[in-house]
Amino acid sequence: MNLFILLVVVLAIIAIAQLTKVYDLSRTLRNSREEEISAADNRLNANAWLVWMFVFFGSVIYLYAKYGDYLPDSASEHGVAVDKLMSLNIWLITVVFFIVNYLLFTFASKYRFNPNRKAKFFAHDNRLEMIWTLVPGITMAFIIVYGLITWNSMTGPASSEAMQIELYSKQFDWTARYPGENKVFGACDFNLIGTSNALGMVTEEGVAAKIAEIDHNIEATEKAIADGIAKGTMPDSYKESLEDQLYKLKRHKQRIMDLKENEMNGVSQWKAGSDDKIVKGEFHIPVGQEIEFVFRSQDVIHSAYMPHFRAQMNTVPGMPTRFKMKPTITTAEMRQKLGNDKFDYILLCNKVCGAAHFNMKMTVIVDSPEDYKAWLAEQKTFGGEPAKKQEETKTEGSDTTMVVASIK
Amino acid sequence: MGAHTHDHGHHEESFISKYIFSHDHKMISKQFLVTAIFMGVVAVMLSIFFRLQLGWPGEKFAILNAFLGDKWAPDGILDKNAYLAMVTIHGTIMVFFVLTGGLSGTFANLLIPLQIGARDMASGFMNMLSYWFFLVSSLIMLSSLFVEGGAASGGWTIYPPLSALPQAMPGSGTGMTLWLISMVLFVASSLLGGLNYIVTIVNLRTKGMKMTRLPLTIWALLVTAILGVLSFPVLVSCVVLLIMDRTMGTAFYLSDIFIQGEALDVTGGSPVLFQHLFWFLGHPEVYIVLLPALGISSEIIATNSRKPIFGYKAMIGSILAIGFLSFIVWGHHMYVTGMNPFIGSVFVFTTLLIAIPSAVKAFNYITTLWQGNIKFTPAMMFSVGLVSTFVTGGLTGIILADSALDVNVHDTYFVVAHFHIVMGMSAIFGMFGGVYHWFPKMYGRMMNSKLGYAHFWLTMVCGFGVFFPMHFVGIAGAPRRYYDYSEFEYLDKVMDLNPVISMFAIVGGAAQLLFIFNFFHSIWYGQKSTQNPWKSNTLEWTTPVQHVHGNWPGALPEVHRWAYDYSNPEHEEDFVPQIVPLKQGEHAH
Ligand code: HEM
Ligand SMILES: [Cu+2]
Ligand SMILES: [Cu+2]
Repeated sequence: MNLFILLVVVLAIIAIAQLTKVYDLSRTLRNSREEEISAADNRLNANAWLVWMFVFFGSVIYLYAKYGDYLPDSASEHGVAVDKLMSLNIWLITVVFFIVNYLLFTFASKYRFNPNRKAKFFAHDNRLEMIWTLVPGITMAFIIVYGLITWNSMTGPASSEAMQIELYSKQFDWTARYPGENKVFGACDFNLIGTSNALGMVTEEGVAAKIAEIDHNIEATEKAIADGIAKGTMPDSYKESLEDQLYKLKRHKQRIMDLKENEMNGVSQWKAGSDDKIVKGEFHIPVGQEIEFVFRSQDVIHSAYMPHFRAQMNTVPGMPTRFKMKPTITTAEMRQKLGNDKFDYILLCNKVCGAAHFNMKMTVIVDSPEDYKAWLAEQKTFGGEPAKKQEETKTEGSDTTMVVASIK
Repeated sequence: MGAHTHDHGHHEESFISKYIFSHDHKMISKQFLVTAIFMGVVAVMLSIFFRLQLGWPGEKFAILNAFLGDKWAPDGILDKNAYLAMVTIHGTIMVFFVLTGGLSGTFANLLIPLQIGARDMASGFMNMLSYWFFLVSSLIMLSSLFVEGGAASGGWTIYPPLSALPQAMPGSGTGMTLWLISMVLFVASSLLGGLNYIVTIVNLRTKGMKMTRLPLTIWALLVTAILGVLSFPVLVSCVVLLIMDRTMGTAFYLSDIFIQGEALDVTGGSPVLFQHLFWFLGHPEVYIVLLPALGISSEIIATNSRKPIFGYKAMIGSILAIGFLSFIVWGHHMYVTGMNPFIGSVFVFTTLLIAIPSAVKAFNYITTLWQGNIKFTPAMMFSVGLVSTFVTGGLTGIILADSALDVNVHDTYFVVAHFHIVMGMSAIFGMFGGVYHWFPKMYGRMMNSKLGYAHFWLTMVCGFGVFFPMHFVGIAGAPRRYYDYSEFEYLDKVMDLNPVISMFAIVGGAAQLLFIFNFFHSIWYGQKSTQNPWKSNTLEWTTPVQHVHGNWPGALPEVHRWAYDYSNPEHEEDFVPQIVPLKQGEHAH
């Protein structure tokens, strides 16, 4: 296969070389100059512009016809306005596209060289230039105003009816979190993330446990260093890496100690998380309900993209972002509409984030309010079995409680 | 103005000082061009590699395995990380090495002294350094393809934290380090070149060459150089801060990150800050790529239409307006970063303003063709093609500029279609046009026009064949930088476009062999050129075909008129070179 391709390329080059030689030779014989474009060549290219124009326009029209209805009707309220704006813009630019390309190609073709003619000496014309400054200017003013009206209504603050859902991104999956009965998300902090706490939820017990864990590691590291020094066999580089680790552990502990317990709507955010619901794989939203998504990211920038809702927002580590929308068509309705019972709304990652970026997706289900309630009720809360958990941490020793007390 | 004193005798030069460490702007221009062609070949090959994967995902291609080896293309299937590395390096090379270093480096060096009537650049030494920085930076970028872990893979925009953390992806290790080093050297090259261009244009114009008599190529190159000098330093700061985040434990761009089982000791930085700094260069950069091509095509279209460029002053005005506006629109790349929506509105406004000078330029080109007497040289074909790509790609920019619409198409294939047509195709067309047009000036020989036509038509057809359908893939909701689109039910209806796009890409890529053959063949075997083959007005065609040091063997030419006296009714000939004095009572432009 490779040899074959190589062979083709080599042969092609040899063929071109030979042809060029023949051509050059005939040129010398006829005593013609390369820059003197022959009437035949000029005619050929002038006509080719017209042929190209028909092919080009024809293909564009074909593409519009076949692929023009790119996505199903928007399944969100603001998306309808976006689609309207989009249609208008596409109409406008398509018309301009055809007109300008038509003028370009036909002029190019029509005003081909003719030795008996001299070109028109036409250097400027203020009236014409004014026209094509003003017309685009006015058009742009219209597009700007219409666009910004849509933009402002999309991005204004969420109303008081809005319900919040958190979407949390990491390499390479999504997690959705619902605030639960109290409508307040439990606080989260990246310092507390661990195997059993993927979102880094902050709870008194979690903080205590994490600090205990770090203390334990600090102790172990210190011991390893001391032992090594005592034995006298530890390579310097290893010692340095341990010291480095120790430094990091202490900094980590410090950052956790700095965490402050805040209140929101009269609920402590360290306690508010116990009724939060955390789901993976797919998440549900109720139709007709305004939703304010809050986005967070664990590691790198990702982007939450839901094309069917015309919704997109980057998720940025260290900076929560928001996007509000109101779904208007349930998954079931959309399936019916499209005659496709496998259809699902989808949440994609749309900011390159690593090897499996293309595979970082989550299914979105828009339910009727009843179905949504039923689904939500089935989901486990973060607290799980709160009573038992608390007991476990209590037994870990008095110093932990001391630390927790000191944080407060 | 001719304060530049220079020994322009025909003194003997050694091979090294003539071809390698040359201070002569004409030689440096050729060095830039050949290097850029080489880089372009690499970038096109990379794009064909990943287009194979996109066109026929999961299929085995022995050729991939042959080029990339078992690590990156085991069994002939492109590896996921290698895919991202190819996309990233393809974009980086195209934007920076081919269309910035290559395009400006070639034509600014060639045309500025020749068209303003100077013996050389203000500083030949800086000019030489500019090339050598460019070459070293190119080599470092290429070498990054061969390191453990592969080349940088986070996209040509290298957003942190992905690019800052070696543990985030293999390409963020050594590959990224080399990318950053290469880019710092590249900026050094651009600045050395750019300062030189500006100083030369401002100070070394020959007698009579007023700013309002400059050919539009020079205006475009001047504004390009100013954009570069003002914006590239910001990229350096941006990159240096990233290097510090990577190596010194700072956290300019990092905060609250947990990755690979570790909560990093970084707080208080902002990944979004990087984007502001990056796009503060990044947007002017697209005009740094585009403006020289527009300047070149203005020159070629006027010459070959045998007509003055229509609205010369408006053309200058629109270049200046575009240059100015390009500094205050960078936020249109960041509508969905969580930036304050009001700031977003401001960027919508400034961005859409650019449509106005752009429209003026497009209509002025078309009016220049109107009632012309057009000679279709290969250069002219590419220039007319450029007007089409500039308009076609520019129009979709109106959609992307509208924040409300960008939300749905941001980072999709719609964007890929847009920027390839408006920036990629236009600038490449400008570059090809320039090469066909000024090849006689560079090498004293002519390129073969028949091959030129074949090259043009294949490139035009394949270019649109590749990029036009991508609009539809994009508005169907296909994100960019995905390795495989076959697992998305909602995209199935546009996926039959992908093999078609890939086939056009392969044919279009192969068509570039015509150019490469024509270029190198003509250097040695092309027909010997005459002094002014295109019957052009500008000063470069008053220099002898055989290059001499100092450009003009005798005194510097004196300029008496603007560059666009084509088909002037007061003259017999259909062109009047700038050195021809005004006739008695002739009206000057
Ligand atoms: C042989 C012709 C070319 C083909 C087939 C091609 C194809 C592609 C494709 C398929 C992508 C991937 C898009 C994505 O997944 O985001 C891409 C990316 C890109 N291309 Fe090209 N391209 C070509 C020429 C050019 C030219 C002339 C330029 C000059 C501006 C260019 C600049 C870029 C850039 C900046 C990217 C983005 C890289 C990134 O995502 O970081 N390409 N190209
Ligand atoms: Cu992601
Ligand atoms: Cu931009």
